[in-house]
Order: sequence, then structure tokens, then C-alpha cells
Amino acid sequence: MALLETKNLTARYGDFQALFGVDIALDQGETIAIIGANGAGKTTLMRSIAGILANLPDAVLFDGAEIGALPAPDIVARGIAMVPEGRKLFPSLSVEENLLIGRYGRAVEGYWRLDTVYDLFPILKERRHNPGTALSGGQQQMVAIGRALMSNPRVLLCDEISLGLAPVVIRDIYAAFPRIRQAGASIVVVEQDIGQALKVADRVYCMMEGRITLSGTPAVLTREKIHGAYFGVA
Amino acid sequence: MAWLDTIIQGILLGGLYALFAAGLSLVFGIMRLVNLAHGDLIVLAAFLILMLVSALGLNPFAAALVAMPAMFAIGWALQFFLLNRTLGTDILPPLLVTFGLSIVIQNGLLEGFSADSRRISIGGLESASVALGPISVGVMPLLTLASAIAVIIGLNQLFYRTSLGRAFRATSDDPVTAGLMGIQPKRIFATATGIAMVVVTIAALYLGTRANFDPTIGPARLIYAFEAVIIGGLGSLWGTLAGGIVIGIAQTFGAAINPEWQILAGHLAFLLVLLVRPRGLFPRAVD
Repeated sequence: MALLETKNLTARYGDFQALFGVDIALDQGETIAIIGANGAGKTTLMRSIAGILANLPDAVLFDGAEIGALPAPDIVARGIAMVPEGRKLFPSLSVEENLLIGRYGRAVEGYWRLDTVYDLFPILKERRHNPGTALSGGQQQMVAIGRALMSNPRVLLCDEISLGLAPVVIRDIYAAFPRIRQAGASIVVVEQDIGQALKVADRVYCMMEGRITLSGTPAVLTREKIHGAYFGVA
Repeated sequence: MAWLDTIIQGILLGGLYALFAAGLSLVFGIMRLVNLAHGDLIVLAAFLILMLVSALGLNPFAAALVAMPAMFAIGWALQFFLLNRTLGTDILPPLLVTFGLSIVIQNGLLEGFSADSRRISIGGLESASVALGPISVGVMPLLTLASAIAVIIGLNQLFYRTSLGRAFRATSDDPVTAGLMGIQPKRIFATATGIAMVVVTIAALYLGTRANFDPTIGPARLIYAFEAVIIGGLGSLWGTLAGGIVIGIAQTFGAAINPEWQILAGHLAFLLVLLVRPRGLFPRAVD
């Protein structure tokens, strides 16, 4: 049984339907990537899983439990944390406070604590008393990832973490992934950068216009297949 | 030395206005909610203290301690069940609802306690004074200012040193992302209003022991509180204390010139600050 699963997941904003019956599955210990052009529904899918958008209860299953209708605070309490698109650090909080808020109100057991996050991203320790938003884009992304890790999630959702960052910075950030996996998290990354997605993921889903159009392991997905699933031309 | 005396009395009076304003400032700072019933809630708390004093024979300070958890519960429930429903992109619903609440509280108090003016008696402490050099200062005004400073320090510690304070600031920044951290914004807002009502209870103790009060005086206290918050700059608690003191000094100077000018002088000072520093003396909020 998959750790996290969506079944016939639909989502709409008013009259506009953003997702049409999306089925994805994430196994324990696995990293999957979701790729697709702007407006394909990737972020909507992440927001649906994280509980920002409400769904039918059985549209999202986590560890066998129906969590589709739960609000965001309940989702994170169950062990699914999200690194939101655009980082969304709290400007009124310092770097360290941004990290600490990631485990608000709960006694969290596990590998990730302030010192292990600082060990993963040493630059954050140097800048821990700065306002979160005074950092460079890459450092802010590290705070956003660290903040999500502080809840010791079983599933980490990463929405467009390389957006707007320089290639060398993106490489630094993805360099943290092996350790995050090793510490026990299964990962869903949403990426526009196909090369990066193929490198980091065990399996890849391609989305177009609110539907999964292609899925498979990086080994079997050729550039041509992805191109067709991405833009709708084959 | 008369002017020095006037300044000191003004600063002490400012402590009272800062107490009126601190709760308002707290609620506005966290959820951008202007509570037009704030003054009436102070009066409600004063009646609650009065009731505890006369029914149980408690000392007013002890009565205020007993009233605090009750007022916290009232504030929590008020926010959770009523005011949370009014929050959104439109700023009008919270204003209308709290305006209505103000009228409901006033009339409820009139029904329950009549229009007679009351006072909470604290025995000899009312007229006690201490000499500060050449100037004689009342013990109660001094306690009022000390309480105001203690409240501001306490709220600042809560805001910047505790996990709850982090949650307050995070929710104020971005309630949706706060939800992703496991924070329940509606509960955070309810807790904030509960804490504001604890501060309201402290303000009510000094309101009720300093002078007479009756069910209709709430709106005037709201005006002073509002002016103190605006003068200080939105979102800054120390600014709120400064704002209260500015109004206090202006009022005592006005009264020293002509007793009829006391209230007017406070409002004029407010207008003057708005003309020179439209965002207040110590603005913190950037939006």
C-alpha cells in the first residue's frame, strides 16, 4: 500500500476546474517529481494534499486514512509538511523563529531539530537572528525547507523550490535531499526544470491541464515522451 | 514648578490611557480588527469588578484578579464565535458588528445596573500620595502608570519571547501559511482577544477606582484609546504608551490653562500629531 495516494482528485476555483481526477501514489522512502507547464495544476495538487484546499475525504489517503477533507493544521500534525511555492517565510520572524514555528504547539520526536537543520544548512546558523526575509533567495529557500523539516514529516511536499534561483544555488539545495531521505522522509517535488526532476526522483508524473498525462521512472521517460506530455504535442 | 507638576500628572494620566489602548493595539496588531466595543468592554469589566467587590466583599485588586479569567473567557468566546466570522477582505463587517456590540453592552449594563454612576472604593489608597522632591504624586496614578508599563513589557515579552507570540506574529503575517505550520488561526485570534480582555480588566480597575463611571461612558474611553494607538503608530506597543502619555500631558496642560479645555486639548494634540506624523510616532506595521 502506498504511503500517500490521491484517488480521482478534483479541484476547482469557483467555476474553473483545475484538477480532473488526478491519481498519484508515493511509496515509503520514495521521491517522486511532478512536472508540467505553468497552469498544469501542480500547485493546486500540492495545496489539495496539504489541506489548504478542501476535498472529498477519500480523495487523499495517507497511511490508509482518509485525509482529503482535513484542514492544513491537521494534515501537518499527521506528518505531511509543505514547502510552499514562493517560500512564504514570515517577515515578522527571525530565521530561527521561522524554523521554530515549524513545530508549533506539538512535541515532535525525530531527527530534525534546530541543530540538525543548522548542520544541514550551516549558513542559516550564522544568520539565525536576521529577519527571514533579509536573506538571499537561496537562503530563504533553505529556511523554508528547514521550517518544514522541523515537524519531522513523513512526507515532505516541495513546491517549485528552484523557481527564480541560480543553477549553482539550486544544486546546493538539492544536495540536501539525500540526507532528508536518509532521515526518513518520503518526498514529492514539483519542478518546472525537467532535468532536475529526472535527476532527483525515483518516479516522475507529468501533468497537463489538470490531468496526469504521463508517468514512469526516469529511465523509461525519454525527452520526446515528456515533451509530448508537457505541451500536448507528440 | 507648576509646569513640572502638570507634566508629571499628565504622564501619570497617560498611563491610564495607555491601559485603555493596549488591548485595542494588541487586537489590531494581530488581526487588523478595530473593536468599536473596546470602551464598553472596559466598562463591563469595571461593573464586573464592582459586583465582585460588593457581593463578595473582596479587595478591588483581588476582585480584578478574579475577573481576569472571566474576561479572558468572554473575549475568547466573543472572538471565536462572533468576530472571527466577520474577518475577511472587507473591513466593514467587523466595524458594524462591534458597533452593534457596543450598543448591546451599553443597554445590557443599563438594564442590569441602571444609569446611576458608580465607583469602586479602595479605602485610604484613593487619597494617599507620596512626595517626589517638591511634587506630590498620588499613589493610585503612580500604580496606574506602573501597571501600564508592566502590561506593555509583559505583552512585548509574550510577543517576542514565547512560542505563542511567534504564532501571533506568524498568523498576523500570513494566516494560510501559518495553517501549514499547524497553527489554527481562529484559535490564535480567540486567544489574542482573550489576552486583550485581561488587559481591559486591568484598565477597568483603574478606571473604576479613579472616577465615577456609568454604562454610557465606554465610547469616550474608546476615543482616547484609539487616539493613543494612532499617535503611537499602529502595531507598536511602546508607541501606544507614548501615545497615551501625549494625550495625558495635553489634557493636563489644557486643564491647567482652563478646566474646560482639558478634553479638547487632548483631541487637538491628536490632530497635531496626525498633521506632522500621519503614520504616528513609532510606526511598525508596513502595510
